[in-house]
Amino acid sequence: MKTFVYIDHFKGEVQPASWEALGLAKSFGTAIALVFGEGADAVAKTALEYGADEVLLGDDPALSDYRAEPYASTLTALASSRTPDLILLPTTMRTRELAGMSALDLNSGVLVDVISLEIQDEKIVATRPIYEGKLLEKTVCSAKPQFITLRARNFPKPARETGRTGTITKVEAKADALTTVEGYSASESVVNLSDAGIIVSGGRGVSNNPSLTPPAGLDEKQAEIWRAHQGFALVGDLAKALGGAVGASRAAVDGGYIPYSHQVGQTGKVVTPDLYIACGISGAIQHLVGMRNAKLIVAINKDADAPIFKLARYGVVGDLFAIVPALTEAFKKKLGK
Amino acid sequence: MKIIACVKQVPDSEAKVKAENGQVSWGDAPLVINPFDEFAVEGALQQKEALGGTVTALCIGPASAKDALKHALAMGADNAILVSDAALSTLDTAGAARVLAAAVKKIGDVDMVLFGRQTLDDGSGITAAQTARVLGWPLLGLVGQIKVDAGSVTVERVIDEGRQTVKAKLPAVLSVVQSIGEARYPSFMGIRKASKAEIPVWSLSDISTSAPAAIVTRTELITPPSREVVCEFITGETPADIAETLVGKILAEKVL
Repeated sequence: MKTFVYIDHFKGEVQPASWEALGLAKSFGTAIALVFGEGADAVAKTALEYGADEVLLGDDPALSDYRAEPYASTLTALASSRTPDLILLPTTMRTRELAGMSALDLNSGVLVDVISLEIQDEKIVATRPIYEGKLLEKTVCSAKPQFITLRARNFPKPARETGRTGTITKVEAKADALTTVEGYSASESVVNLSDAGIIVSGGRGVSNNPSLTPPAGLDEKQAEIWRAHQGFALVGDLAKALGGAVGASRAAVDGGYIPYSHQVGQTGKVVTPDLYIACGISGAIQHLVGMRNAKLIVAINKDADAPIFKLARYGVVGDLFAIVPALTEAFKKKLGK
Repeated sequence: MKIIACVKQVPDSEAKVKAENGQVSWGDAPLVINPFDEFAVEGALQQKEALGGTVTALCIGPASAKDALKHALAMGADNAILVSDAALSTLDTAGAARVLAAAVKKIGDVDMVLFGRQTLDDGSGITAAQTARVLGWPLLGLVGQIKVDAGSVTVERVIDEGRQTVKAKLPAVLSVVQSIGEARYPSFMGIRKASKAEIPVWSLSDISTSAPAAIVTRTELITPPSREVVCEFITGETPADIAETLVGKILAEKVL
């Protein structure tokens, strides 16, 4: 089987799930990596190191910034001329647009956020969560090439073979941009929750440390945010000791404690880490749907009846401001850091 | 400005959804407007307030989906249209995009079509992109701010890596995220107006199209096994004791 694998990157920073897609494609046969973007040849070389049989590199000013239309048209043109059986992409907000548009061009279908794939009677059957993960559906696509976007951390990541080389073929871009990028400001704290193996999250509870006295001159809301920042510092210390990422509930984000990019749940990120530690999160359904497939869930909350404990394997009912720093110290000791 | 907000009706987030005889069942849980689509209605109303014009809520669904449209009307939308046809029972995302695009063309002279980021049911989050592609209009995805000026729209996109300012000519298709602002609650007057509203129902022949054949089909529906977890509560004399026990348990799980 011949598979295209779209390597999703933003200014050269690759979404690691792209390599998981590449590994899966290799297991099916020939894997051709697609790398788009001006000056993206470093990404193309990395794709070879992760095992791509060939890289099609759209290094062209028309593809300088990601924009849905020229990227989709370039993908469509390549798929038309080289006729892959399957097109794999990591699930990101960019690839949803891209796969959706290109599949429409080719009169084919897209399966988004797939968590497992099997081949039955030479047909690809993809399993994907629907209704916020309350159900799974198996789906098939009657047209070719089939587009499938993979949820991060559900397929093994191939080993990187440093120094592996191969063919990088430059391809022409379709310059049919309908939008212009006029500005960009980087997020104050970039976090990649989808690819994190360990996530430590904070909720509304992180702002409730009664033993802290905010600096004078803050109004009530400012004092709450100041308290929350102290609380999230503890959450961050634990995440750092574990080499993990910091997540948050919607209540914490809406409260202005932490930027939206950290939000786990229905309106944030759906994550599948190996370990998820929820600190001061009661567990509204909107949060639970975002993290319930974590391998191991640990919850720390002062309310023993909090719904989060229904998903947690281990729980501590108590004061997170005492427990979380103690956990950080205990992990540091055990992990020898 | 002629603005369309596309909405869908879905089971409420609290609903216990399960597979029953190969069909999706949510028991007697209420059906609501897809929560992400409320941001699309909110964004549309903000633009109407800034620039004048009309907001039309557009939905594909059975007759009962009129309730989702009534929610949009109660929030302040001027009109609502339901596309409903027996031939639409098996619609995939591309098919939905083709039907929505046909309805947008039938409405005519539209400046902007707004979507939510994704729906709670299928959740693919690709309908806005596919509708833009069918119409041949620019797509502005994940929009948190909208500014219209002299036939163009400039938006701030909320992406994982930060914020991006992007400009396009109108007409355009936008998907809107919660940074647009909290969706307004329907007013008392709005609810009264919505309850009296006659919502036109368009069939496929009304929008001069036929039912698109589904390319993606479901072969099996599975209720995932419920997580049989019983929480083991860790206790101890001091936080340090609790932490030591808990760390021992976590490391013994060998997930790290």
